[in-house]
Amino acid sequence: MKRYSAFAIAREAARYHTGWERAWRSPEPKSHYDVIIIGAGGHGLATAYYLGKNYGITNVAVIEKGWLGGGNTGRNTTIIRSNYLQDPSAAIYEKARSLYETMSQDLNYNVMFSPRGVIMLAQTEHEIRGYQRTAHANALQGVKTEWIGPERVKQLVPIIELSGPRYPVLGGLWQSRGGTARHDAVAWGYARACSDMGMDIIQQCEVTGIDKSGGNVTGIQTTKGAIKCNKLGMVVAGNSGHLADMAGFRLPLESVALQALVSEPIKPCMDVVVMANTVHGYMSQSDKGEMVIGGGTDGFNNYTQRGSFHHLEETVRALIETFPMISRLKMLRHWGGIVDVTGDRSPIIGTTPVGNCYINCGWGTGGFKAIPGSGWAMAEVIATGEPQGLAAEFGLNRFQEGRFIDESVAAGVAH
Amino acid sequence: MLILTCPNCGIAADETELHADGQAHITRHGAGASDDDLEEYLFMRNNPKGVHFERWRHVYGCGKWFHAARCTMTLEVFGTYPAQTLEPPKDLVAKIKKKRPDWEGFVK
Amino acid sequence: MSTRIQTGGRHLDRSKQVHFNWAGKQLTGYGGDTLASALLANGELLVGRSFKYHRARGLIASGAEEPNALVGLGTGAKFEPNQRATTTELFDGLVAKPQNAWPSLAFDVGAINKMMSRFFPAGFYYKTFIHPRFAWKHLFEPIIRKAAGLGAAPTEKDVDRYEYFYAHVDVLIIGGGIAGLASALAAGQAGASVLLVEQTAHFGGRAVVDGVDIDDEPAEIWVEETLAALREMPNVTIRNRTMGAGVYDHGYATVYERINDHLPEMITDHAPNMDAPRHRLWRVRAGRIVTATGAIERPLSFAGNDIPGVMLAGAVRDYLVNYGASVGDRVVIATNNDDAYRSAIALVEAGLDVPVILDARTTADGELPTLAREIGIRVETGKAISSVKGNKHVTGVGICSQAGEGAELEEIKCDAVAMSGGWSPVVHLWSHCGGKLNWDADQSMFRPDPNRPPLGYDGAGFVHVAGTANGYLDAAGVMEDAIKIGKLAAKETGHKPKATKVPSTFSAPENPIEPIWQMPQGMSRKLQMKTFLDYQNDVKVSDVRLAAQEGYQSVEHTKRYTTLGMATDQGKLSNINGLAILADSLNAEIPAVGTTTFRPPYQPISMGAIAGDARGELFKPIRQSPMHHWIDTNGGFWEPVADWRRPYCFQQNGESVGDAVTREILNTRQNVGLLDASTLGKIIVKGPDAGKFLDMMYTNMMSTLKVGRCRYGLMCTENGFLSDDGVVARIDDETFLCHTTSGGSDRIHAWMEEWLQTEWWDWNVYTANVTEQYAQIAVVGPNARKVLEKIGGMDVSADALPFMAFKDGELGGIKARPYRISFSGELSYEIAVPASQGQAFWDMCMEAGAEFGIQPYGTECLHVMRAEKGFIMIGDETDGTVIPQDLGLSWAVSKKKDDFLGKRAQQRSHMVDPKRWRLVGLKSVEPNEVIPDGAYAIDGTVRDNGVKHMIGRITSSYFSPTLNHAIAMGLVENGPERMGDIIDFPTTDGRVIKAEICDPVFLDPEGTRQNV
Repeated sequence: MKRYSAFAIAREAARYHTGWERAWRSPEPKSHYDVIIIGAGGHGLATAYYLGKNYGITNVAVIEKGWLGGGNTGRNTTIIRSNYLQDPSAAIYEKARSLYETMSQDLNYNVMFSPRGVIMLAQTEHEIRGYQRTAHANALQGVKTEWIGPERVKQLVPIIELSGPRYPVLGGLWQSRGGTARHDAVAWGYARACSDMGMDIIQQCEVTGIDKSGGNVTGIQTTKGAIKCNKLGMVVAGNSGHLADMAGFRLPLESVALQALVSEPIKPCMDVVVMANTVHGYMSQSDKGEMVIGGGTDGFNNYTQRGSFHHLEETVRALIETFPMISRLKMLRHWGGIVDVTGDRSPIIGTTPVGNCYINCGWGTGGFKAIPGSGWAMAEVIATGEPQGLAAEFGLNRFQEGRFIDESVAAGVAH
Repeated sequence: MLILTCPNCGIAADETELHADGQAHITRHGAGASDDDLEEYLFMRNNPKGVHFERWRHVYGCGKWFHAARCTMTLEVFGTYPAQTLEPPKDLVAKIKKKRPDWEGFVK
Repeated sequence: MSTRIQTGGRHLDRSKQVHFNWAGKQLTGYGGDTLASALLANGELLVGRSFKYHRARGLIASGAEEPNALVGLGTGAKFEPNQRATTTELFDGLVAKPQNAWPSLAFDVGAINKMMSRFFPAGFYYKTFIHPRFAWKHLFEPIIRKAAGLGAAPTEKDVDRYEYFYAHVDVLIIGGGIAGLASALAAGQAGASVLLVEQTAHFGGRAVVDGVDIDDEPAEIWVEETLAALREMPNVTIRNRTMGAGVYDHGYATVYERINDHLPEMITDHAPNMDAPRHRLWRVRAGRIVTATGAIERPLSFAGNDIPGVMLAGAVRDYLVNYGASVGDRVVIATNNDDAYRSAIALVEAGLDVPVILDARTTADGELPTLAREIGIRVETGKAISSVKGNKHVTGVGICSQAGEGAELEEIKCDAVAMSGGWSPVVHLWSHCGGKLNWDADQSMFRPDPNRPPLGYDGAGFVHVAGTANGYLDAAGVMEDAIKIGKLAAKETGHKPKATKVPSTFSAPENPIEPIWQMPQGMSRKLQMKTFLDYQNDVKVSDVRLAAQEGYQSVEHTKRYTTLGMATDQGKLSNINGLAILADSLNAEIPAVGTTTFRPPYQPISMGAIAGDARGELFKPIRQSPMHHWIDTNGGFWEPVADWRRPYCFQQNGESVGDAVTREILNTRQNVGLLDASTLGKIIVKGPDAGKFLDMMYTNMMSTLKVGRCRYGLMCTENGFLSDDGVVARIDDETFLCHTTSGGSDRIHAWMEEWLQTEWWDWNVYTANVTEQYAQIAVVGPNARKVLEKIGGMDVSADALPFMAFKDGELGGIKARPYRISFSGELSYEIAVPASQGQAFWDMCMEAGAEFGIQPYGTECLHVMRAEKGFIMIGDETDGTVIPQDLGLSWAVSKKKDDFLGKRAQQRSHMVDPKRWRLVGLKSVEPNEVIPDGAYAIDGTVRDNGVKHMIGRITSSYFSPTLNHAIAMGLVENGPERMGDIIDFPTTDGRVIKAEICDPVFLDPEGTRQNV
């Protein structure tokens, strides 16, 4: 692989950039791999990457029915944070955040990780207590967050309205090393690095069946033929139920639409990411200058990548209350993605009832920020065959045991 | 922005009048249930790509719960029917089968 | 240079001068101008700077598709960035500023990027700025962010008003060209209710510009007559300046009406009868949607095609015909189709010079080329532009063979270029909701596939496309298609179309287009680097080819890698050209490459319009108790609680919030306090099976409750977690009143209904949420009974009304139901009175209580007093993961009942784990040191992953003025077995607070104070 650098660009510029090589190869599938990962989104590619990097397993294929990075990796609001309350979540998200810090250098691909800071606003007394609790937990978990008062919020976000008529801003939970990254680049960077390790990324290849023998996976059937494998990892978000069905087990998942929108680009006016959970909205400004806005999920099962307009109305209203100046900006584009949501809204990483078959799914609305940590954890599970390390608590068995990882503790609770 | 006809009051209701609540016809497993049954009841969901039987409430209308058969890929609504039933009406199942010959049929 | 010509200008009112300010210069236009046409008429060709290279940008289009002419419009609280000059109607006093240029549009320091552009190919960000690690955030990113963005951010709160509008119609027709008008007429005549919207101020679309005749007269006459006929129809509504923004599932559409953007500010600000909102967002439900949205012309890809003065041929014609403005005096035409000849002919007829028409096709012998030659225009076939000369404006073009590599054969001086690469139907609205496209190779365009439409709720297609948008480029085809579609839409919505005569149309016939995706065919990479596809984002032919070369081969990859089509025009000009280049690079067919997804809105719409009226006080209306106003005017310090406001405390004489809370606690414990408890949920559950039902809803046994008595109950989810609590009172054999938390009333009522309707529908039970029917006032403290006795009425003595009982009666002449329940540990009556009498009863209490020291108290006093008694609070001690057994509430979980909601789940292995954290009291070793809310306890060990092992956490923490000691409640591993142990709570500021584990009931464990 030719390394990327300013010098490489200068060298290529002299020959009008005709010399750049492919970022990743586009091979035909081989007949057998040690590991097949289904799904070339961020999580699938990261899993493959850490299988190679951490365990030296490089006889790996990543199978993708569409185009790599074409699912939720490329359609989210790119927020990265690890200020989670529960231990297992804080551990995996913080691992992910720390891997984001060095990802550009690790992959030799600029993913534009921008640790500009994330504020979660507290707008009720209840939220204050909730975030103070998180701040305490984070301090012990090694996640650097702090509770800040309204004056500091205003200092960090000059365009915010502190004393809105409905919900005043009472303070916030501040994670200064949270931020954003360029979502497509994460998938592309991993794909390039995987390809460079000799892994095969096979796009436009749909899985049509899963071969088993004696309760163990032996390979898959695809639109490009049968491929054998020793181990199989399913990392396909909203399509997990469909694949699990083929493999013969059930999942505690429902797929719903999550929407986002961007404004037209304007000059920099907000340097941090702001999340306002009481009014349901979050906003950051991309490097291009667009205000990137997201809200809550739709209520019904949906695979169309379209949501309902009234959810956008609610989100925009909430954010105009919080940032009155955006009223005169224009919405450029809105879109939806399909998120797979579990019973406790935390992901599933681990073994399945089928032997040699592993699953990583259920990231719901929070998947992008987890990509490197998720890949790291999933690679460990696949390589060792055991649900251990960061993944230990995220197994499928937790639902039967009633051992939830519930991050929604600050939401929807009465006085 | 869905429209569903409430079988109780007959109104073609806008989605903003409705509350969606996931898969229908789930059997409640209460006291004495096995671990597997309890897990199935509380968590396991069909989540199909295609025909889905689901629960809705006409919350800003008559307040009644009802069931709908809807396609999660096209959002086509095959029909709605009262919630006080253990399985979808036969004529609705037949109607869906006619429109979607490949459909495996209602699976509880 | 660009200028106003003496003739023409269909829209102009030359008698009316309009003064406006552009970039600090006072300029003058005419009534009817757009900002774009007025700038052109004033010789202001340079209107903006591009996004990435800050290249000089001129007007390229005349309508919504314009990517370059984005301006900052207005000032102060009415400033709006990124407004398109082409869709901004000129008004007196308009102020517009150029964007993305510093210090000035003509001299932009950022244009240095342009010199360096060879070093900034597609994706260059991904390949550099990698080292050192900290440089991205602190060095590179700030520079890039500053250079990026377009307009300035608004700084003030928007002073304008916006509104929603709902409409239900049989047929929504989007587009007011001849297709939309003909469809509307056909549907309207059939009796369908029709809403016809046109995004510009004018109807007629291209036909009125392009010299189409209808029924042997200029199209304009037919347009006027048709509009007049439609206006006569009561079932037809017509709106101009109104754009179809988005098409959504089941016939939903958003329609964006700009009501006063075209009016001078003084009118909207000062005319009392002009109380219109700025924008109105229509939310339409239509039986059928007809998109008659026309087509957009494609640029040609030749080197230097972005230099100001290069304009779409159709736009050149628009400015000439509609606004009497010309892009230049000597205009070279470059084309691959016959339509561009219309522009050449119009220019010559206006007295301007067209030195040459460069037609990339090998032959051009149709009617229009013949006419062009006849009026003396030089036509060169098989020829192309090798490059455009000039820097900030066009000075000439080089001519080359289209088939070659670009060797210049001749240079021609000119000051403008009109180009046409053919037309692309506007299929956005068709595609928003899943409509699919076919590639029409003959016409080199994507057009809607009528067999794969967006599907409605009934599985039938609900969008039809009419006219040019449907792929008909000739007027006769448009007219026939539009009438057919109008009738079809009416028929499908239950109407009977009338037999009508299709008007005869005439427009010059056109020979086929030849697809030309780069000019010349064999252009070098060097020329490709000067050939622009996306003008705003500076994406060139070379960038798309580079993306393909590097493996970014899906159209979505290419788009994202190069930013093609991601500018504010969302690729209206660039997408088809870009994907044709991509297809060529991949040796693939265009349809195999496909398009990117079309997403709403068609054109950007204001955030204000999306929010509508729901802002400020109307954002989320506040629920108010009957005493809300009294509290507000008597020192109440509000906090938001669910949809309510509740007083945190009542401040007196300028005291602090903390002091007020302390005073309220001491006064209530020593004398008597008054609490507005009206926000508590109240649900009536009635029927022969009510007791059986409540036995399922609550963990406790409710069916055994005696009439006239109260019982504290817990509700759990089916997962076993505590979800709500409250006191249940049995009114009669078949009737219970269930109290819920303030935030829980609607949720719990819905929860009950869900079970009754969907699980136990054969049980005979009815519920009613009566929360707002009652005001509920708690009279609390040692003097509580004295206050009520002074008010007078029913017997409230301990014998007549013992603890945990209630009674119906009368107090002070008001129908009242006092409950002897206590959340404070004091003698306490919660008195429900009709909501309408709430304030009167409150006043009576205040008056009667004056001599006993009565004072109102707020939620914080309530919280502290309940914590002193060790009572749990839903939302404090619970967080959705806590079961009753964790809170020492096993006494309230019936062991006798066969089943209740959550029972089975509470038996799962994790729920019965003895290591679950359980409720205890915590007393700070240092009496004044209040443990912070949410603090965690540690035992000093460290787990495998390096995280300090946590053994518990604080759920509530206060300073108790009653005990003069800091107290807390918390969940601790093995807590109840560790009474007297001291454990550590580290704080976020690095201290460690030590606290002793104790019983959570800090005050009066025997209950002697309340049971009197």
